[in-house]
Amino acid sequence: MIELLRSLGGWGINTFQRLGRGHIFLMQMLAGVPSSVFRFSLVIQQLFYVGVLSILIILISGLFVGMVLGLQGYNTLVDFGAEESLGVLVSLSLVRELGPVVSALLFAGRAGSALTAEIGLMKSTEQLSGMEMMAVDPMRRIIAPRFLAGLISMPLLAAIFSAVGILGGFLVGHGLLGVDDGAFWSQMQAKTDWYEDILNGVVKSIVFGFVVTWIALFEGYDASPTSEGVGRATTRTVVHSAFAILGLDFVLTALMFGDI
Amino acid sequence: MAPLIKIRDLHFNRGDKVIFSGVDIDIYQGKVTAIMGPSGTGKTTLLKLIGGQLKPDRGSIEVDGQNVHKLSHSKLYELRKRMGMLFQSGALLTDINVFENVAFPLREHTKLPESMIRDLVLMKLQAVGLRNARDLMPAELSGGMARRVALARAVTLDPMMIMYDEPFTGQDPISMGTLVNLIRRLNDAMGLTSIIVSHDVAETTQIADEIYLLSGGKVIEQGTPETLKNSGSEWVKQFLQGLPDGPVPFHYPGNEFKKDLLNAEEKR
Amino acid sequence: MNSKRSTEILVGLFVAAGIAALFVLAMKVSNLGDFTDEKGYEVVAHFQNIGGLKARSPVTMAGVRVGRVTSISLDPDSYDAKVTINIYPQYDNIPIDTSASIFTAGLLGEQYISLSPGADDFFLQDGDIIDLTQPAVVLEQVIGQFLYSTAEGE
Repeated sequence: MIELLRSLGGWGINTFQRLGRGHIFLMQMLAGVPSSVFRFSLVIQQLFYVGVLSILIILISGLFVGMVLGLQGYNTLVDFGAEESLGVLVSLSLVRELGPVVSALLFAGRAGSALTAEIGLMKSTEQLSGMEMMAVDPMRRIIAPRFLAGLISMPLLAAIFSAVGILGGFLVGHGLLGVDDGAFWSQMQAKTDWYEDILNGVVKSIVFGFVVTWIALFEGYDASPTSEGVGRATTRTVVHSAFAILGLDFVLTALMFGDI
Repeated sequence: MAPLIKIRDLHFNRGDKVIFSGVDIDIYQGKVTAIMGPSGTGKTTLLKLIGGQLKPDRGSIEVDGQNVHKLSHSKLYELRKRMGMLFQSGALLTDINVFENVAFPLREHTKLPESMIRDLVLMKLQAVGLRNARDLMPAELSGGMARRVALARAVTLDPMMIMYDEPFTGQDPISMGTLVNLIRRLNDAMGLTSIIVSHDVAETTQIADEIYLLSGGKVIEQGTPETLKNSGSEWVKQFLQGLPDGPVPFHYPGNEFKKDLLNAEEKR
Repeated sequence: MNSKRSTEILVGLFVAAGIAALFVLAMKVSNLGDFTDEKGYEVVAHFQNIGGLKARSPVTMAGVRVGRVTSISLDPDSYDAKVTINIYPQYDNIPIDTSASIFTAGLLGEQYISLSPGADDFFLQDGDIIDLTQPAVVLEQVIGQFLYSTAEGE
């Protein structure tokens, strides 16, 4: 019993210690951001690894999610004779929820894990330490550009995901199921609001981009410098990001659409 | 002459483990100073303390008259520009080639034109004999070559001192000889101050001007290689000659073997 | 340096694609396109009940959209809803005795204001008030009345 309590307490202390380290890391990282804005070529390079390389998975997933939404939505709506509302259903689900959330989850799996592995490997091969001794602050040179790249990429990827998804929904709805294309678009436009829906979705994806990139970089930076440690850190990035995304999504949705 | 690096009453713990308890070391300009000791005595930790990457629990480290751990972030980075460090693994940046690795400190800290960077980098690479390997990626280098590239990189900013972390470990005899030779030659040619952390007795005694022997968190013995060889201490003798048993026992301390055999049931 | 160039080009394409996607979302998917409503003149109408009318609901005349609801508030004196309507400038000849009703598009669709023209020689101008209004039909009330009258008829 005492053993159990002790291990529970130890676990709690460890958790809080990690939480503290994570936030100290965040402060250091944010302090490094201004200087990396002045060396934007570093950010561009990272935009390639973080953003461009994630495009393919985003395009394909977005298209299929949209197509599935079209199929499923049609089956439900047709019972009420409201299949013209398919456009609204597809666009609102994508723009408000699925776009930001699914693309953030994919982003955590594709780019987040890669970031963690990269930083963890740099740490375990003493590259970060070596940089420090060359009087180059790794926070500014390595971490901050990657953070900025993640922050910029995420809303763009989410927008691409939503746009492609709506296209997918349209292809299925109009091409396959014969929903009138005029009704599809006009209903969508009537019910989708630029501020309420689209901008809130963008805000969500910026928040997700911030959190996922932060978690990924911190896990890499905090990984124990062994191949096992880096592997575990990569797993943690994906798991913690998923939790953070879904939890935050609830909070943000409640704030934005919940009228609380 | 005042020492370039002055370590006084250094205490450092990692968790519950005591690494240093009251270490005093003086390192003089232009000399090759070796810090030796068995594995696990915190030799690498000492270099990290000097470089300001770790903070001591007590005591002070002064480099060139500045207390390393009282400096502001920017002052510390200013000081580090004048320190070179060679990591055990080389710590080359794996995503850029040899040339860019050596050019890295120049690109980060100076605004020199490309042609001048090229000349400087080629000069440094020539000094370590790897000018023609400049287009290779770090993954294509052997361990010895990687360390030489790292050495070239460590001296690109013409530092006042350079710290070597286990430079001889895991090298074949030829690259070992090359490195020993290089460290001494660079030290004399560039007027450097070198600190070598190592447990390779033969190579280190060959080039060191001054040796500190560390064990159990304290300096056991110090002096020139000759003084150490003639030291009366049993421990020094054991370490320098590599005897398997002596003051440092072969067996991990604990129960006696006989007792353990008799108490077979103790651990079921 | 060639790979650096292609990296930059790809990143440029990526950012452009992202912004284009946002643009498509704005123009094609959302009602931002309608935001470019020309500023016409504003008139006010008071309704007893607006039902599900919202800001930016359409305002039509003979089924043609002539404006949009800009804001809705409660009149503190009369306790009815004060609806401000923006009417596009090209429709500057709407008679002053025009009446406004709140209708529903379809059985469960969104609600909109329909204007039926009067016969006066004077036209509505900025700041005018539409006097003749008909409140929104609230489905529950209709059902309630229907049940009441059938019960009475028995």
